[in-house]
Amino acid sequence: MNTLRIYAIGYLIFLYAPIVLLPIFAFNDGQIIAFPLQGFSTRWFAELMTITALHDAVLNSLFIAVLSAVFATILGLCAARAGTRHKWPFKKGMLGFIMVPLVLPEIIVAVSLLIVFVQILDIGLSNWSIIAAHTLICTPFCIAILNGAFANLDPSMEEAAMDLGESRWGAFVKVTLPLVSPGIVSSLLISFTISLDEFIIAFFLSGANPTMPVYIWGMLRFPGQLPAVMALGTILVTVSVILLVTAEYFRRRGLARAGLKDTGGFL
Amino acid sequence: MAGSRGLSQDARAGLALVSAPFLYAVLLLALPIGAIILFSFWTQDFLEIDTTFTLNNYREALSEQIYLTLLGRSVVIALIVTVVTVVLAFPIAYYVSFYVQPSRKSIWLFLITIPFWTSYLVRVFLWKVILGFNGVLNTGLLNLGIIDEPLTFILYNANAVVITLAHAFAPFAILPIFVALEKIDRSLLEASRDLGENRMTTFFRVTLPLAMPGVVGAVLIVFIPTIGDYVTPRLVGGPEGAMISTMIQTQFLRLNNAPLGATLAILAMLSVTAISLAFVWLNRRWLR
Repeated sequence: MNTLRIYAIGYLIFLYAPIVLLPIFAFNDGQIIAFPLQGFSTRWFAELMTITALHDAVLNSLFIAVLSAVFATILGLCAARAGTRHKWPFKKGMLGFIMVPLVLPEIIVAVSLLIVFVQILDIGLSNWSIIAAHTLICTPFCIAILNGAFANLDPSMEEAAMDLGESRWGAFVKVTLPLVSPGIVSSLLISFTISLDEFIIAFFLSGANPTMPVYIWGMLRFPGQLPAVMALGTILVTVSVILLVTAEYFRRRGLARAGLKDTGGFL
Repeated sequence: MAGSRGLSQDARAGLALVSAPFLYAVLLLALPIGAIILFSFWTQDFLEIDTTFTLNNYREALSEQIYLTLLGRSVVIALIVTVVTVVLAFPIAYYVSFYVQPSRKSIWLFLITIPFWTSYLVRVFLWKVILGFNGVLNTGLLNLGIIDEPLTFILYNANAVVITLAHAFAPFAILPIFVALEKIDRSLLEASRDLGENRMTTFFRVTLPLAMPGVVGAVLIVFIPTIGDYVTPRLVGGPEGAMISTMIQTQFLRLNNAPLGATLAILAMLSVTAISLAFVWLNRRWLR
């Protein structure tokens, strides 16, 4: 038991090692990302403010991430509701197929969509091609989260609303939706985070405007820009931790509303 | 919702709901994969695609040494990453499931998943900073007097790729194993002890077999995406750690040879599928 505990703590150190280093180098005055440190400085954060191409990339990524999150959550809602409330032939196979992007190497999604967009449809690449692909890979995560929100939701509540004169849609909107809304928020936040961070698909599918990860990839080739990358990484880590804590809070509230015991994380 | 008429109505409602996400997956996943399969039988003729059916791409991919080396290495690295990740992850999942108080389990899982959600590119790059010649690890070990000169076998080769990917896929391995361990009825373990097994034998004869579905899930969810990873081999792999994804990218975006790139992508996918199926099959036989 004790050895196991020590191992667990060691493992957490391994998991957090890169993230802990990030702010250390972001606030380091030196040009080179190595020890010994050169003193405290916020100049790399100031430098970030001057790179306008990066600002465009961030805005691009935000646009893509918001729309992908919305689309993926809508598709996820349909699938999770169908999966938890209805039975139909080939149900397992159809739902399983929707979950495939979860295990497919992302480079396969990237190259196959590249061929379709450029060679077959000849519609060129834009933010929309990335949104289409990100919606595809985010949907399984949304389904996993929303399944948790829909499971054990008492169907009699919706039936009671219909007995009291609501239409099917009205009952869904007024009764079920509020009950699963924490799950929806959590699903939106998770898919937003995935899309914002996704690199390889965006790398293949971005048109003239790079996304933030694609821009960072370019920065990594220039040693002079590395400290700025560290600063940017620090901001990103802070933002994603805030988003995740919020998502986790809503996920738990959703479970509590559905009267479920908390059994674990997002996946 | 009883009776045959109710059931068919139920089925219709279910189908109507699932049709949107299902059609989306067909249009953006099944058809595009069909398209790369088709492309792999075509050839690039300067700027045009020659659509006569041919196996030339496969012939080229399977006879040129560079493609075979990269493909073989990708499979080997993915296998090593899978073994390392799952073996390292099992004790953590076991610890959280069996020794952490129920009320604190979700905070542990949360702690384990947080690093996974933070910028992938930056995380991989930081492994380069940690493992490099003047990196954090070498400086630390030199200062502590544990080593006399910097270790060089940990960056720009397959080792670095394994370490970095084992880090990147950690939560993917921990969570399925954890879920499987959680499902184990604790009274079975007591029964085993009552019947005279000790801790060790109980673990190997009761706990581990019952946790196998989770281990299988963890293996597949780590192994399959790993083979196509692009960022890690590019950043920390060096020439000795290059994998097939780099070549796929080169064929598509630099050499403008989409058909050969498609062929390599399909060969990578086929090897993954074959190995995964073999693994699942062996597992079933072994468990029965």
